[in-house]
Amino acid sequence: MLSRTAENLYWLARYVERAEYLARTIDATLRVTALPAAYIGKTNEWDSALLTAGVAESFYQTHEEANEHNVVDYLSFSADNPSSIRNCIEAARLNSRSVRTALTSEMWDTINSAWIELQAVWSKGTSTREDLAKFLRFVQETSLRFDGSAYRTMLRNDAYWFSRLGLHLERADNTARILDVKYHVLLPEEEHVGGPLDFYQWSSILRSVSALTAYHWVYRETLKPWLVADLLILNGTLPRSLASCYDNLTRNLDQIGVAYGRQGPAQRHARGIRNRLEHSNMNDIFQHGVHEFIQEFIADNSRLGEIITKQYLI
Amino acid sequence: MAVAFDEMNIPGGDLRPAYQELARWLKETPPEALEYRRQEAELLFRRIGITFAVYGDTESTERLIPFDVIPRIMSGKEWTLLEKGLKQRVRALNMFLRDIYHGRDILRAGIVPDDLIFQNPVFRPEMNGQQVPHDVYVHIAGIDIIRVDAEDFIVLEDNARTPSGVSYMLENREIMMRLFPDLFARHRVAPVERYPDELLSALCSVAPNGASGEPTVALLTPGVYNSAYYEHSFLADKLGIELVEGRDLIVKNNEVFMRTTEGVKRVDVIYRRVDDDFLDPLTFRPDSALGVPGLMSAYAAGNITLANAVGTGIADDKAIYSYMPEIVKFYLGEEPILKNVQTWRCREPKDLAYVLDHLGDLVVKEVHGSGGYGMLIGPAATKATIEAFREKLKREPEGFIAQPTLALSTCPTCTASGLAPRHVDLRPFVLTGSKSTTIVPGGLTRVALKEGSLVVNSSQGGGTKDTWILDE
Repeated sequence: MLSRTAENLYWLARYVERAEYLARTIDATLRVTALPAAYIGKTNEWDSALLTAGVAESFYQTHEEANEHNVVDYLSFSADNPSSIRNCIEAARLNSRSVRTALTSEMWDTINSAWIELQAVWSKGTSTREDLAKFLRFVQETSLRFDGSAYRTMLRNDAYWFSRLGLHLERADNTARILDVKYHVLLPEEEHVGGPLDFYQWSSILRSVSALTAYHWVYRETLKPWLVADLLILNGTLPRSLASCYDNLTRNLDQIGVAYGRQGPAQRHARGIRNRLEHSNMNDIFQHGVHEFIQEFIADNSRLGEIITKQYLI
Repeated sequence: MAVAFDEMNIPGGDLRPAYQELARWLKETPPEALEYRRQEAELLFRRIGITFAVYGDTESTERLIPFDVIPRIMSGKEWTLLEKGLKQRVRALNMFLRDIYHGRDILRAGIVPDDLIFQNPVFRPEMNGQQVPHDVYVHIAGIDIIRVDAEDFIVLEDNARTPSGVSYMLENREIMMRLFPDLFARHRVAPVERYPDELLSALCSVAPNGASGEPTVALLTPGVYNSAYYEHSFLADKLGIELVEGRDLIVKNNEVFMRTTEGVKRVDVIYRRVDDDFLDPLTFRPDSALGVPGLMSAYAAGNITLANAVGTGIADDKAIYSYMPEIVKFYLGEEPILKNVQTWRCREPKDLAYVLDHLGDLVVKEVHGSGGYGMLIGPAATKATIEAFREKLKREPEGFIAQPTLALSTCPTCTASGLAPRHVDLRPFVLTGSKSTTIVPGGLTRVALKEGSLVVNSSQGGGTKDTWILDE
């Protein structure tokens, strides 16, 4: 297939996944900030929402302080924020138009309808909490519909695999970012363990990657920070864990390699990351520093994006 | 202006045969049902994303072309005549182009003046002596046809460069069949759906000699911001060919390749929807980011077929248009089946004098304009506009032609106050391959939705209709 088509499919999936992640981040932050101050401590949750979205720096260039109003607007609707939900959907639609011939009609319909709704219903943002909740649901449902229609209607060929690469690379990045910002509340240090403050922080992390219920099914325990970290990093059964993303990335890259009859640096790099995840346990990770581990992962993950681009997309 | 030819009603109260069943159906169908269908159609267009962009319009960058649900109907007999005339016209266009870029018999015979060719910016000296595969220049032609009476078809304009609109012909039919299955059941409408197949086989048939048995065809688009982008992606999809942009193509050793995830792949035929000027920055506009550096040298080496060929603009130029009847006679020795609109060439002093005296009655068009931009419609213009135009005309008479304001035929159309006649034209699409010329029965009917308006261009508020050719 055309390199540009593959590139568009890859970015299309990334934008949709990012939009959903932003919606989840806002949703989770709203829940934490709705708690009485005693439960959330002194941290500014809207500030960490910006950090997990990776846009804190650009935000503070035009804003003094982060609060619900301006962060929700910045993450959801701002035209100035290149990765606001609105811009993600706009970019997704633009990418979809460029690769219409490679999309199934169901996928196109999902993105195009979302774009139409964005303009018709959400062009002025949201004014009430209720509206905002509706908007966030709309974004998450769009992502579910897109993902579902890709899964159910696309031919299993390189178009599908490139789209999945985008999805899993973005997802791994998102999960890693939330861990990067919140790693300190996951540290098994005396003073943190068991406080009400941390309980809500942990559940908020889980919620932002839709893993709160999963946690209980996997561990059948009350929330423990190292188990939260274990779930998000190493547990291959959780679709948003780093391990699961890399299972998928290596598989999709292998499928491409087989179809094209040759392997390359992307396959090797992805396999390397997956092996590292497979042979790690939380003890070692905490020993060597969870923060360092995550930061290294983020760098490795974005390196994979560069390698894929070089090998296939340009 | 004469009374417009009504395609449905015969003066005196009778209906033309092709419209009898439609009229019966309209009588049985309550207006609300029609309105409901109209809204449904609009929703479908929006969801499928059948939009176009209007340049210079900042309000909304993508718009729908209004779709009128009342079909425009022609009898099989009328179509047979029209089809014959279109094939004749396109054959002559191709022969004219071949001649202009080779022997120039027609200039030597004094039929078309030299300076009209050589001083024309759309004449491409690069094409002099260049062999194009199978001598086909215009593979896809869109000939704009109007009617002023029951007998004649008149060519308003030849489009021999990159005519658009065929996706609307196909989508309009799809949507009509979805919305009005009962109406179709009561008619025998000739299908249009084989157009993509015929286009693909025409394109494959003109592949260069060096191409493999199964030539690789690609559609070259300027990209998503082009006003006809939807059509480009639609056609690529229907033809099952790659939709490429300039940056997807590279030229190596005078061969054209596309960049794929598996390395580069040779391309044999390019159905290009990029204008000549932007095709190759090394030959034409150096600032073009839409083109492919080196494409013209691959073309000159005979390793790639461009459809349509480079330089076809010289055949559909409005100044050349007025010579078309002579051109048909010169190459084919036949009387032209399709008529021309009477045209005054402002470059000729006698004609200019007449035009200046009758500005209020005439339509004056820029020779190189298109899309309905930059023209004067005398009867509809204010005094001030006419005077301003007069100055423009005097300054650069060779840039203009003038025609009488024609009463384009009318068809019943949905309006805010119920069904009413509105002016229409028709653009059938003529495909020329190495062996045959084909036309699917129908075309794109454009309709001027505003009462009394004669401007059917989509960029100027025109709409479209499904066009039915009855299979009798």
